[in-house]
Amino acid sequence: MAQEIRDITCVQCPMGCQLKVTIDDGEVVSVEGNTCPRGRTYGEREATCPERVVTSLVSVAGDSRPVPCKTVAAVPKELVEQVLIEIKNTRLEPGVRVGDVLIRDVAGTGVDVIATRGYVPFK
Amino acid sequence: MIASANQTLTCDVLVIGAGAAGCAAATSAARAGASVILAERGEFLGGILQQCIHNGFGLHRFGEELTGPEYAGRDIVEVNRTSGIDVHLGWIALSLERDGDSLAATFACTLGIMHVRAASVVLACGCRERTRSQVGIAGGRPAGVMCAGTAQRLINVEGALVGRRVVILGSGDIGLIMARRMTWEGAKVLCVCELMDQPGGLRRNIVQCLEDNDIPLYLSRTVTRVIGRERLEAVELTDVDPATRKPIPGTEQVVECDALLLSVGLVPETTVALTAGIQIDPATGGPAVDESLQTSVPGVFVAGNELHVHDLADYVSEEGALAGERAASWALASDHVDKSVFMRVIAGENVGSITPQHIGDATGEVVVRLRSRTRVEDAVIRFESAGTTIRSVRRRIVVPSEMQTVRLKPDEVQKATGEIVVSVVARGEGE
Repeated sequence: MAQEIRDITCVQCPMGCQLKVTIDDGEVVSVEGNTCPRGRTYGEREATCPERVVTSLVSVAGDSRPVPCKTVAAVPKELVEQVLIEIKNTRLEPGVRVGDVLIRDVAGTGVDVIATRGYVPFK
Repeated sequence: MIASANQTLTCDVLVIGAGAAGCAAATSAARAGASVILAERGEFLGGILQQCIHNGFGLHRFGEELTGPEYAGRDIVEVNRTSGIDVHLGWIALSLERDGDSLAATFACTLGIMHVRAASVVLACGCRERTRSQVGIAGGRPAGVMCAGTAQRLINVEGALVGRRVVILGSGDIGLIMARRMTWEGAKVLCVCELMDQPGGLRRNIVQCLEDNDIPLYLSRTVTRVIGRERLEAVELTDVDPATRKPIPGTEQVVECDALLLSVGLVPETTVALTAGIQIDPATGGPAVDESLQTSVPGVFVAGNELHVHDLADYVSEEGALAGERAASWALASDHVDKSVFMRVIAGENVGSITPQHIGDATGEVVVRLRSRTRVEDAVIRFESAGTTIRSVRRRIVVPSEMQTVRLKPDEVQKATGEIVVSVVARGEGE
C-alpha cells in the first residue's frame, strides 16, 4: 500500500492543532503539526482506528419516555451506525436500573450497551 | 409532610433549584449541620443534566467521563443519603425578600401557595436560552422553531423527534450536540449556520458532531426569515459581512425544512434574584458576588449557571458546594461580621466577565473565574493592584468558550490594596 497523508484536527484541547499523519500500510510513519505529546497520540489513533462512545435512547414497552444508554467503551467509528441500529431495535421492559446491561457485544464490537438512568424516571 | 397549602415551613438554608449547583449546595449545607429545604421547579432532581445524554461530564470531579444522567444520578444519591435535606419537587419560586432576621420565599406548587422562612438562601436557578425574539428573525410563527435545549429535552426526555429536515442556527455546543443527536435519531440535519466568522463551540464537538456526520457548518451566515403558516416549511439563509454582521443583499437562499433549532446563547435565570432586589452584573448577567458567593442581599448566595454560564458541570458542583457551605455558616452563626471593606475585582484588558466582583474577606482562598474576550495563545492571566502584579498565571491557550479558574492564596490577596485588575494578554506583552 502506498503512503497516505491524513489531515486531522486535534480535539484534545482548544489549540486545535492541524495534524498531518503519514500512514504506510496501516502503520503510522509520522505525525506533524502537533504541539504536545497528547496530540501525537491522538493523531496516531484517529488516523488508524478512530473510536467513539455512542450515546442514544432505548424505548420502553408501554411508555413514550425512553431510557438513555451508552456504550461502556468507545467503539470503532465505522460501526457507530450499526450500533445505533441495534439500539433502535431494542425494546425494554419497565424496571431497568442504571448500569444494567441492555445489549451485550453490540454490533460485534465486544462492547456492551448500558442504561445511564433507571426506568423509574429519574430515581 | 405537607397537608395543605398556605403553610410556612422553616429551615436554616433554602436552596432554590436542584440541578448540579443546587444538589451540591444542599448536600454541603446539610453536612455542615444546617437543616435544608431543596425546592425544585421540575419533576426530577438533576436539572439540565438529565437531558444531556451525551458523555463528557465529570472528568475533573470523578476522573472518568460520564453522561449527564449518570453525573446527576451520583448527586441524587448524595442528596438522598444526606440527612437533613427536605426535597420538594414541582415548587416554582415566585419571590424572595429579606424580612427582619430571616429571608422569606413564596412558592407555587400543586397544592397552592407555600411559604418558606430561612436564615440563608442559595439561588441555583440555572440559565435560560436566548430566544428567537432576542435575535430578531423575521417571518410568521409556525410550529417547528425552537431553542436547541428545548429540542434536547423533547427528544431525550420525552422521546419525541421534533423534526426530520433540520436547520440549526448558532454553533454553540448545545447546537452542535443536537446536530449529532438528531442525525443519530434519523433526522437529516441540513446545516449549522453561524453569524460569527468562527465557530462558537468546542473543537471536539465540531469534529465529532458535525464532521463525523458530514453536516456542513456555514460561518458568517444567518437565518433571515422563517417561512410557513401552521408548520415550518422553509428558512431563508443569508450571508453576512464578517465585519458588520449585516446581511448581504442578493445572497439569500431558501432551504426547505420542518425544524429550526436556535443555539444562540445562554443567560443566567435571575427572575427570583430580581424580586429580592439583588444587584446584577451586566457582564455575567448574574448576581454580583463576593468571594463567599454572597450577593448584595445579606444571607443570599448564588452558584452555578445563575451566577455565570459555565462550560463544565464539574465547576458548577464545586461552586454549589462552596455556596452551600457558606450559606450554612451564615445560618448557624450567632452574629454576622460586617464586611465593610470591599476590594473590587475589575475585568481589565481582554476580560469579558469575572467573578467574584468584589472581595470582602481576604483570610481564605479566593476562587476567581473569568472569560476572555478573544483567543490568546501562550497567555498570561495577570492580577494587578496599585501598579504591582500580585499573581500571574501562564496558560497555553485561553479562549472565550472555556472559563478560566485561578485560585488566589490569602497572602496574594492581602498584597492588594483598593482593587484588583485582571487581564489576559499574550506572554511578553508589557512584561
